[in-house]
Amino acid sequence: MEVLNLPGTDDTPTIILDRNNGIFEISGRSLPEDSAEFYTPILEWLDGYSNSPNSETEFVFKLEYFNTASSKLILDILSKLETIDNTKVAWYYHEDDEDMQEAGNEFSELVEVPFDFKTY
Amino acid sequence: MKYIYELHKVMVARNLILVYEGEFTQEITKSVLAMAERNMDTMKEDSTVKRKVFNIMVECLQNIVKHSDEINSHSVSELNNAIFMIGKQDDKYIVVSGNPIANDKIDMLRGKLEKINSLDKDGLKEHYKEVIKNGKGLSEKGGAGLGFIDMARKSGQKLQFDFEPVNEEISFFSLKTVILRTNTPD
Repeated sequence: MEVLNLPGTDDTPTIILDRNNGIFEISGRSLPEDSAEFYTPILEWLDGYSNSPNSETEFVFKLEYFNTASSKLILDILSKLETIDNTKVAWYYHEDDEDMQEAGNEFSELVEVPFDFKTY
Repeated sequence: MKYIYELHKVMVARNLILVYEGEFTQEITKSVLAMAERNMDTMKEDSTVKRKVFNIMVECLQNIVKHSDEINSHSVSELNNAIFMIGKQDDKYIVVSGNPIANDKIDMLRGKLEKINSLDKDGLKEHYKEVIKNGKGLSEKGGAGLGFIDMARKSGQKLQFDFEPVNEEISFFSLKTVILRTNTPD
């Protein structure tokens, strides 16, 4: 399965989806003009991955900022992760960023995936 | 040339640190954000306040971008221009936008905003979760229907709004969000 590696820009996050190295990470800022279009390849990659996933998957969210249109797509990613056995989410937030911590909390209440909260 | 001085005086009197009037695109959104961020960095603004202002600016600007083409069919093109401003006072930032909207959208917008303003912190959280969970994906415009809710949550203040009639088809929609620079109430 191919590695999905999208370098971040000033309005899109860095994406690394690499099953062989066990790296599943989204980081940076997410405020694309068309969030549905930006997230489509990520959701498609996850569809493929969910057919034969690794024995364990840790999906890292290390977002500095995301807009509300992206939040809907983040929920779509989490919903896909819900269907993959032995998946957990590592939700990183800057230590003084209560809003990002709260956002992670809310997502964790919306899906049946265990969340680990970590500061950076 | 007197209008230059007049405009300058208004900006100073109202503590406006940034005003943009014209066409709104994603590229312009990014430029406006970058300018405001630089300004807050230079002023060594508190990082929590900076994040909240940034957050509210994005939702506000992207709202304008998403909806700016809706009234193209209606007459004069200058009417499609919008305005965006940031004001800074000792105790607060003010993010203001103004854009033309079709009159038949007023009731829907007013309803959304009044509902949001009727909710307290926990009510807004529940409303947010309800919309993100039950919303039928993104709208045709790519909006999640969450922008105003998020602005109200991040600011912790009521959203102020007004509809000024322009003509039979169009009104000018103004929206003002306040971000306190002192500790926000919990």
